[in-house]
Amino acid sequence: MQVTVKLFANFRNNRFMNKVLTIAPGTTVGAIVSELVIREDEVGIILINGRHGNLDQTLAEDDNLSLFPLVGGG
Amino acid sequence: MTTFLFFPLSGEDDFVQEIAAFLQKNADGNLLPFYVQQEAGQRFSLHIAEVEEIALDHDLLPARYQRNRAMISIQQQLSLLRSKVAVFGCGGLGGYIIEELARLGIGRIAVVDPDVFEEHNLNRQLLCTRELLGKKKVDAAAHRIAAINPAVKIQTFDFAFGQDNSAEILNGVTVAADGLDNIPIRLELAESCKDLNIPLVHGAIAGWFGQVAVQYPGENILQHLYAGKKTAHGVEKRLGNPSFTPAAIASLEVAEIVKILLGTKPSLPRRYLAMDLYYMEFTEVFFPDG
Repeated sequence: MQVTVKLFANFRNNRFMNKVLTIAPGTTVGAIVSELVIREDEVGIILINGRHGNLDQTLAEDDNLSLFPLVGGG
Repeated sequence: MTTFLFFPLSGEDDFVQEIAAFLQKNADGNLLPFYVQQEAGQRFSLHIAEVEEIALDHDLLPARYQRNRAMISIQQQLSLLRSKVAVFGCGGLGGYIIEELARLGIGRIAVVDPDVFEEHNLNRQLLCTRELLGKKKVDAAAHRIAAINPAVKIQTFDFAFGQDNSAEILNGVTVAADGLDNIPIRLELAESCKDLNIPLVHGAIAGWFGQVAVQYPGENILQHLYAGKKTAHGVEKRLGNPSFTPAAIASLEVAEIVKILLGTKPSLPRRYLAMDLYYMEFTEVFFPDG
């Protein structure tokens, strides 16, 4: 099945802005993060179809996943 | 009878009228030049803030604010004078926030930071100059505010915010401004603001990126952004911070603070704004459940 992944800020560096990925049913957000070689502790906001999600959530066909880095500086 | 915040002259309306008459006589139309404000302070033994309060209450605008008046009325300027904003962190974000609040004429500003300036602050922190390396950030903030606008009353706290001192620091605060650089303390601040029903304007930065959000009383947006994170810092530890990102995010925070203080339409309820200055992209994220 296919999902669209949108990356924000520095997550785009050496990766992509938007990409359609083919994944196996049951794939979690965490598995995609790991596949993209993004450190879990650097993930901030996760959105699935515009709603707040988390790393353990399983994706469904045609889902849109957005990943923002954790930003904490001042 | 008017209630004065800085100048509680209950039953002394004659004295207030005398001061107001002096100000009106020496004003330029409805603009009050600073030297008149200063002279009134000396003549009547009043703080500049007290003179400012009487002036605004009598429809006189201190001349320094004349370029604001199409946006901020004299009555609104009086509201800003009677407000208190606490700024948490006097570094990248905090330096610009303090600068903008002082120029706006926020009557009371509390600044909180345990640190002294270090060389690596020079690339971005407005308050940091070579001469101030090794000096307390809150002292630099107090000097800067006094140099810009002597109508502002300043409170400095040279220790880190925590649950043990939250009641003291947040006492009388109208809005709290987040210029912190640490996630657990942000979450503590969000909790304290929630307990005390104080709106919190959040900002955070990392490299080319930043975010802004407002947590109104009863909302939990900082929890959405940060709860469960195991690290004290985000990607800024790797990316660093340049000069322009704190200036941009701090200005967005101050725009939100002013609207809250003036009671005008809030722009960021239940959503946060992510800003990417590299791609010049602004993304809104909604939290329908607050």
